[in-house]
Amino acid sequence: MVAMYKIAVMGGSDTVTCFKALGFDCYAVDDAGRALEVFRRISSPEAGYAIIYIEESCAQDLGDEIAEFKDDPALAVILIPGREGSLGLGRAALAKAVEKAIGFNIIGD
Amino acid sequence: MATYTPTRMVLNQLKARLRTARRGHKLLKDKRDELMRNFMDIIKRNRDLRNEVETGLTEAFAAFSSAGAVMSLDFMEQALMYPRSKVKLEVSRKNIMGVTVPAYGFDMQSENGADVLPYGFAQTSGDLDDAIAKLSEVFKSMLALAEIEKTMQMLAKEIEMTRRRVNALEYSTIPELEDAIKYISMKLSENENSTKVRLMKVKDMVLQKAHDFQY
Repeated sequence: MVAMYKIAVMGGSDTVTCFKALGFDCYAVDDAGRALEVFRRISSPEAGYAIIYIEESCAQDLGDEIAEFKDDPALAVILIPGREGSLGLGRAALAKAVEKAIGFNIIGD
Repeated sequence: MATYTPTRMVLNQLKARLRTARRGHKLLKDKRDELMRNFMDIIKRNRDLRNEVETGLTEAFAAFSSAGAVMSLDFMEQALMYPRSKVKLEVSRKNIMGVTVPAYGFDMQSENGADVLPYGFAQTSGDLDDAIAKLSEVFKSMLALAEIEKTMQMLAKEIEMTRRRVNALEYSTIPELEDAIKYISMKLSENENSTKVRLMKVKDMVLQKAHDFQY
């Protein structure tokens, strides 16, 4: 079964404009209040996205919302570093998953 | 602990349940071990890919910044406003030990062949071309990262569930069944003994009555 989906990028406006060139759908969110609203809109199944890349600084305030999609096979929410460099949130998510599966963090990040 | 009626029927039922539980425990344990083995590979790949994507993106952003230094930001935005290529993501399903995970493939549709740059060269800086080239290199890793990360999350959940089941069987269900079986078989043999003793006693009494028999 192969279905066609789209890719979205969400983050600060200077980060997301870069991805426009690749043909991703870009959602610029410059104030934190709107982040939740935008994320809810693009994460709903009707929006047709299978991957949403979120800039780390933007994802900080959306922890619970993003966690909801952890077990959902239909949508992958992936953190990417922003212009200022990595905040280490993506790595932390990896460590968390390891801890969940094994009982403690064996990779030591 | 639940109380069981000490009868042979219940004993048989419990024995059957214990057999099933033991078999289930063994199977689930194997499943957990195999999942864990897969998971370890995936963690490693995930880590490498994340490093790759993070460094790649940082480089690409730096290139964009230097492009932005040469030309005005508004102009850059304008240049990128109408992308020439459109990415379509193909999502299929893959099965790892009974866990359904997505597999991504992509279809880059551009209007004319290899050219991904959505602008003319006249008014843009060469740095922008470099930046976009870098970004489209990172794109493949980003896609692989998305796939691996999703797989990892789904596997983590499945491992947690399987681990709980294994532990519940090992430390709760199986010992409880064993206790119950021991209790019932002891009770049954006790009943048997008392019946035997009663029969012997009755036999003595009958003999005594019939023949005035004395030991």
